[in-house]
Amino acid sequence: MPHLQLVGITKRYGGVTALDDVDFACELGSVHAVLGENGAGKSTLIKTMAGVVRPDAGQILLDGKPVSFATPAQANAAGIVCIFQELSLLPDLSVADNISIAAPPRRFGLIDRHAQRRRAEELLARIRCEDVNPLSRIRDLSLSRRQMVEIAKALGQDPSVLILDEATSALTAADVDNVFDILRLLRDDGIAILTISHRMHEIEAVADRCSVFRNGRHIDSFDQGARSADEIVRMMIGRDIEAHFPAKRERVDTGTALEARGFGWAGRLHDIDLRIGKGEILGLGGLDGQGQKELLLGLFGVLKNTVGEVTVDGEVVRLDSPVAAKGDALGIALIPEDRKTEGLMLPMSIADNLTIASLARLSNGPFIDGAALERAVADGIARMHIKVGSPDDPVATLSGGNQQKVVIAKWLMTEPRIILLNDPTRGIDVGTKQEIYALLRTLAEAGTAILYYSTDYEELIGCCDRVLVMYDGRVIRELTGDDIDEHEIIASSLNADAIADAIADAVADADTTAHGPAATAGDGPARRAGT
Amino acid sequence: MRLKEEDRPILYSSLFIVVILAVGTAYTMSTQGRATLLAPAYLLQQLQVGAFLGIVAAGMMLVILLGHIDLSVPWTIASAAMMATAVGGAWAIPVGLGVGLLVGLVNGFGVAYLRIPSMIFTLGTNAVLRGIMVAHTGGFAPQTKATPLMQYLAVAKVGGIPVALLVWAAVSVAVVVFLNRTATGKHVFAIGNTETSAYLSGIPTRRVIVTAFCLCGMLAGLSGTLLAGYSTKAYQGMGDAYLLPAIAAVVIGGTHILGGRGRYLGTLIGVTLIVLLNSVLSIMQMPEAGRQVIYGSVIILMLLVYGRGGRVMQ
Amino acid sequence: MSHAKRGFAADLRIRLAQNTALLTVIAVFVLFYGFYNANHPRGFTTAVYIQNANEVFALAMVAMAQTLPVLLGGLDLSVGAIMTLVNCLASLVLNGSPVQIALGVLLCMATGAACGLVNGCVVVYGRIQPIIATLATGAVFLGLALFLRPSPGGDVDGDLSWAATNDLFEIAATYGFADDGEAAWFQPIANVPVPLVLLVVVALFVWLPFARSVTGRTVYAIGSGEGAAYMSGLPIDRARLAAFTLGGFFAGLGGLYLALQTSSGNADIPQAGAYTLNSIAAVVIGGTSLLGGVGSAIGSIFGALVLRTISFNFRIFEIDPLLQPLFEGVVLLAAVSLGAIRVLRVKNTLDLFR
Repeated sequence: MPHLQLVGITKRYGGVTALDDVDFACELGSVHAVLGENGAGKSTLIKTMAGVVRPDAGQILLDGKPVSFATPAQANAAGIVCIFQELSLLPDLSVADNISIAAPPRRFGLIDRHAQRRRAEELLARIRCEDVNPLSRIRDLSLSRRQMVEIAKALGQDPSVLILDEATSALTAADVDNVFDILRLLRDDGIAILTISHRMHEIEAVADRCSVFRNGRHIDSFDQGARSADEIVRMMIGRDIEAHFPAKRERVDTGTALEARGFGWAGRLHDIDLRIGKGEILGLGGLDGQGQKELLLGLFGVLKNTVGEVTVDGEVVRLDSPVAAKGDALGIALIPEDRKTEGLMLPMSIADNLTIASLARLSNGPFIDGAALERAVADGIARMHIKVGSPDDPVATLSGGNQQKVVIAKWLMTEPRIILLNDPTRGIDVGTKQEIYALLRTLAEAGTAILYYSTDYEELIGCCDRVLVMYDGRVIRELTGDDIDEHEIIASSLNADAIADAIADAVADADTTAHGPAATAGDGPARRAGT
Repeated sequence: MRLKEEDRPILYSSLFIVVILAVGTAYTMSTQGRATLLAPAYLLQQLQVGAFLGIVAAGMMLVILLGHIDLSVPWTIASAAMMATAVGGAWAIPVGLGVGLLVGLVNGFGVAYLRIPSMIFTLGTNAVLRGIMVAHTGGFAPQTKATPLMQYLAVAKVGGIPVALLVWAAVSVAVVVFLNRTATGKHVFAIGNTETSAYLSGIPTRRVIVTAFCLCGMLAGLSGTLLAGYSTKAYQGMGDAYLLPAIAAVVIGGTHILGGRGRYLGTLIGVTLIVLLNSVLSIMQMPEAGRQVIYGSVIILMLLVYGRGGRVMQ
Repeated sequence: MSHAKRGFAADLRIRLAQNTALLTVIAVFVLFYGFYNANHPRGFTTAVYIQNANEVFALAMVAMAQTLPVLLGGLDLSVGAIMTLVNCLASLVLNGSPVQIALGVLLCMATGAACGLVNGCVVVYGRIQPIIATLATGAVFLGLALFLRPSPGGDVDGDLSWAATNDLFEIAATYGFADDGEAAWFQPIANVPVPLVLLVVVALFVWLPFARSVTGRTVYAIGSGEGAAYMSGLPIDRARLAAFTLGGFFAGLGGLYLALQTSSGNADIPQAGAYTLNSIAAVVIGGTSLLGGVGSAIGSIFGALVLRTISFNFRIFEIDPLLQPLFEGVVLLAAVSLGAIRVLRVKNTLDLFR
């Protein structure tokens, strides 16, 4: 009998059916992957299992017995523990506090801090993170370490079902491998593991069974390997895909849009030289956290005290602030990392979000031209094929993919000459991704220069004319034409020679840095060597 | 027709004004046999006094929309009044406005450039202003009188309508146009909503914040200048009674205390509600103790009715 | 960012780094107070300590009261009002037989807590933002205080008042133990001012246990990340209610002491406002972040001490009283602007927006 079973589960949010009569089962001692586009219902599925939402219909069975959870804490008590995409850690509290946040060891009614610390040390050792001091505040740890603490915390709740929602998204390659090892160990120990991931390669590495969801329905479950990647994608989208990426044209060099020489910042970026031609899509690759995000922010004027020279259209410029970057003189746009907190004002309307960067352009003197505003909103929606009810609805009501389209439409309205993109398709459904690839190619052909940071090698290979691989804040390799393939990207990312040297140095010097673990990433079969 | 969420506060506060008028009229009918409260002359006079609060509340709303707050309003009012009367002549009113502008610049600088939480920074500027004024005036009310123009604006009537009310109306029109029809106004909402997104959208956030504080300061200065005209002179602590009612009026009017949402019409109604409430309590000769209790209870009641603040998890 | 290794040195380093604000405010206080005593004509004597401790206690209590809502990420604008209400109540009930006085004290404590509970209920069940909720409840509490004491006055037991505002020696002498204060074993602590003892008792036996309890930690958790706290199954509502109730309790203790100190009750509205605003200043100076999740009531106590010591210094240097408000304002602004140093050090503007 399956350990955890969902029978006829239905969940509606207003007019949208998130889960439609879903039957689902997962067994103890197996790693079960859940696949599907955004809006397919994966998130709602695990939220139902984890007690975050209550289903409108249907039953949850644990070992054949019906259960219902009013709160996540009840689900935890029943042995179902979930690690969500949004980390559940409290930044100002210590690692030890966070790991034992819900039911800490007590003494005389108060929290027993020594016992709590010992517990943290044990759990951190179990996931091979002995270098984390339990007294450290979460805020002072790197994103990857925080995710590992999150996993330690989940283990501490002694789960029989462990659910991971994109839990590897923030991890370094070495930590990803650690996590996979642990998952295998847990599976062998008899725990049921459910993992949601957009990364086929990781799923191939660790999953035993796969389930595909589409539009709130459970489409199929099968053993890993029983279906090809193509079949799976078809099940997820429900239609055939011809080519993933629009064809690249042979580029004619029409001049340089942006050039950076010796660009550096605060010990995180060193001596970067790059050149984006007009109409070129330049990719940024490499392991996650090697400075790509900082480079984009730096070119947009967010970073202070940068060194080096940046020229736009041949003129040396000072990138003081996003206001300056956006200005007519420079015409730079940035699609930021997190659309919810950096790209949109969620409670404001779609129309407001679309036009917020272009209000000066849409004004006559000090006053906004209402007719021009309406036209711009209609244009933006049409151009990006954004599915909206009414432009006055809050942008929070849109799906993730449509929200990202609003962010992009907002920036296209400023008529940029240079577009910087920070992993724009992360967490977006396949259909919207396609539209974004096609859009970028169209923009490039019209002469816009594009700098495209992606954590997905397929995208770098499929979209970009050239790829720069970054490591430790430097550009270490430039790939053009046929050189752009997985092997070259991964090899460059790992920077094998330099690592060998660094290890030798590190052995001599007692102080190890956070980049050390990258050495073990070479074994991983993952095509994405980062995030 | 379903009521939009942002219209509910306006509807409810309007209803409550009706309730207040009804209760007050019932009281006057039973004690005086007349509907004093509903007499146009009386209402106009109350609104005339309310204009001073209304102008302050207009400025406060701009700052609250940003997600900030201006606690330096009490002594901005007093300083503007004192400097205006001290300077006298044709420069009185410009000086009053100038004081407000200067305070706004300082506040804006501290909040936008030094990133000090507005709650505590404006607390500090309030204390400094008090210190400067006490030192300047020797602790007594200044003996200088308000200029004729100041008195005119505060007290005179044009065609039966108090000029102060006209000033309030002009301020209101300006604020509405600013918020709805200018880029900076929209930027205010954006920053109050999600400052990071506003910044990354290329909005000059620091400039907008300084602008809002300057406007708030100037409006407080204007109000102080008019108040001096009304009382014919300035006096210590004349602005203290305006801070909390201004904040209350803005919030009762439906502006979210954390910023990003609100309509000016709501603030107008909120001010009217508070002014009428005070009038009724005066007519009833309610002692201060009762006034405080009623005042606080009304605010809570209104907010409960609006259903503010959702649960953390949807 | 690299994390520390394990071990005693690493632990110490982390603890120091996490407590810089507290250590700073303690250092500043020691500096200012030392300076004051060095320049005081009768400096470093018990009489001075006693007088200082008396003047500090109420503000320290109100600062502790303000710490709790600030840790939640909000603010309590009614702490001065609660203090005033309990002050007026105390002036009515702190007289009569010892039993009556004891009951009166308990009644005052309960009233403070009850006011806090009201605040908590309005915030939790009414779902109204704390700053505006407490603005309103503050008005109500002040109104009630005016009902109790339309004009200043009242009757507070003389013995209790004397004992509470002097040193331990006087308590012993007034109530006749330790040989009326002359016993040899009593001498080392005989000159400790009573308010100081009360302060330490409250901090040690009320605040610290609370901070170490699950409810107390939940308060920090809410300020740090309410969504995450909810997902972890923490008792959010209970913690909010407890925080406001405890805040009201502390504010009530301040009002109680004020009655003992002045032997009267005074529904002084401007004074209530001044205490409230000073409590916010004390909390900030003491290192608690207005954004919530970081800080401690101990820091707030030292913040209050720093504020009061500044005015003590003004007194002995006989600065023109007309200039005092200006100095106080400038010092407050400067103290608070120290936080701006963070801005100068920030290299990624996004860090400013948290």
